[in-house]
Amino acid sequence: MTFDQILFYCLAAIAIISALMVITRRNPVHSAMFLITTLFSVAGIYLQLHAEFLAAVQVIVYVGGIMVLFLFVIMLVNLEVVSTERRFNKQWIIALIASAVLLVEFGYVIVRGGKSSLLPPVTGPAQDLTRKNSEQIGLMLYQNYMLPFEIASLLLLVAIIGAVILAKRRLASDK
Amino acid sequence: MVEYFLIPAVQILIIFLVLLLFVAYATYLERKVVAFMQVRLGPMRVGPYGLLQPIADAVKLMFKEDIVPAGADKWIFMFAPVITMIPAFTVFSVIPFSDSHTTVFGYPVHLYITDVNVGILFVLALSSIGVFGIILGGWSSNSKYPLLGSLRSAAQMVSYEVAMGFAIVSVLIYSRSLSMIDIVNAQKDMGWWFAVIQPIGFFIYLICGVAETNRAPFDLPEAESELVAGFHTEYSGFRFAIYFMAEYANMILISSIAATLFWGGWLSPFPNVKALSFLQVVPGVVWFFLKVFFFMYLYIWLRATLPRFRYDQLMRVGWKYLIPISIGNVILTAVLRLYFRT
Amino acid sequence: MVPLNYFLILAAILFCLGVIGFVMKRNLITMFMSIELMLNSVNLTFVAFSRHINVLSGQIFVFFVMVIAAAEAAVGLAIIVAFYRNRESLNVDEVDRMKL
Repeated sequence: MTFDQILFYCLAAIAIISALMVITRRNPVHSAMFLITTLFSVAGIYLQLHAEFLAAVQVIVYVGGIMVLFLFVIMLVNLEVVSTERRFNKQWIIALIASAVLLVEFGYVIVRGGKSSLLPPVTGPAQDLTRKNSEQIGLMLYQNYMLPFEIASLLLLVAIIGAVILAKRRLASDK
Repeated sequence: MVEYFLIPAVQILIIFLVLLLFVAYATYLERKVVAFMQVRLGPMRVGPYGLLQPIADAVKLMFKEDIVPAGADKWIFMFAPVITMIPAFTVFSVIPFSDSHTTVFGYPVHLYITDVNVGILFVLALSSIGVFGIILGGWSSNSKYPLLGSLRSAAQMVSYEVAMGFAIVSVLIYSRSLSMIDIVNAQKDMGWWFAVIQPIGFFIYLICGVAETNRAPFDLPEAESELVAGFHTEYSGFRFAIYFMAEYANMILISSIAATLFWGGWLSPFPNVKALSFLQVVPGVVWFFLKVFFFMYLYIWLRATLPRFRYDQLMRVGWKYLIPISIGNVILTAVLRLYFRT
Repeated sequence: MVPLNYFLILAAILFCLGVIGFVMKRNLITMFMSIELMLNSVNLTFVAFSRHINVLSGQIFVFFVMVIAAAEAAVGLAIIVAFYRNRESLNVDEVDRMKL
């Protein structure tokens, strides 16, 4: 086993175990903490795949932005009520079976597809992917993906305004 | 093997210990400077001029009882200070103290631990983790004031991070690289510190840096007059010391980044003026530490001078002034850069 | 070097855990976290394929998915806060009206 593989197994194990914890913990704050651990190990796997820029963005956006927002909302709402509620739905058995079927399906596709792959074969060691990852992504975003990039910025603007309007307390004079 | 594991390990150890010493004496510096500004003497009892005071404080805090309040979420309560401290110390692995290198036992040794090609993003990513320690510490204490303090802190740090990011982007437009070493080298090639080229960005970075570290006049998360001590009210003994150390380490960190990005890191002042080239006799590390020391002094100066903001004022300054100005600055910089293309 | 299949299997497991969390939990916030988990596993496949066939577009897609995730989190959490303010509950079974 190479160092690369050992690293991958460790990160994958951390990711899966903490993902399990996310869905089994009763307290949302604990769930959020384990989700942060999962996000970190996924960022580590990005690093392993030579996507340094994405690994950094993953930590900045997900951990530093979205998860702070989650924790903020969890603290705003009353926790005592939440943590004593029942954890799972009434139909949890059906849900579990459906998910298991999904997993088997995925596994089948991956194992079968791995053998009869239509993908082009890996062309040696990655040439330019490893060098100056952030520069290449920047060039690509502003040249090939200019329109989606602009639309994404509009989407964010709409989301900001929408969130403010939704969460704003309605004043008595509005009604 | 030696090159990849042993040398970095020794470097990390040395930087960690030096940093601990700096953190300890930053508290001494703060107490002395504030005292002189208020025409007092400050700590004088322990050692000559009170020089051993930080060590006495550390020993005292270590032997204090470690209290976990009843009804607290025990694991998170114990773990939260560590979450704040680890990123604050880790970021120093990409700060370049100087570009000069020596050879020790035949191996080249640099005065920085590593140079990452996403350096400044790494800094931003890690410094955004620190807020979790504050949020979780405040929440897990199961107490009113810490919770209020941590909510304030979360909102404040997330808000000011945005403007800080834009201030840094305006520097990146000139440096054309995310690596910390390249950013300093770009200033060398240009002949000017980025603080001269980017005065608005520098100013915004300074303000946001103070807000990010929860220091006066932005110290609402630990406002003594209304929240007892904010998020660390329930902490005592060594865990309180860790929070305290993290705060000062963050101050040193923000000062180091300010020195690297805007004041030319290890470069001497006015690197382009021939008449001042004798300044380069002084090694780069000394310049770096002088710059960091100045920013630390600025922090303390601000604390001794300015009264605390009100919460609505804080949010107004952040969202209505700093963010629009910093976005405008980025656009202006980009346009100028395109117009005066070199 | 780690084969592509390993990354895909890891992503599949994470996705299924996300699905399980989403359909089984009753707490709105935890359900939302499960969605983030699923988005992350999809991102992982994108990056793995991008590395495998040496095309950078996969990483660009991940970038856009992150943008969507940020927008979704902002709006979704705002809805949760508004819902909680009206119902004093985070139980998904009580979200049974088309208005607040």
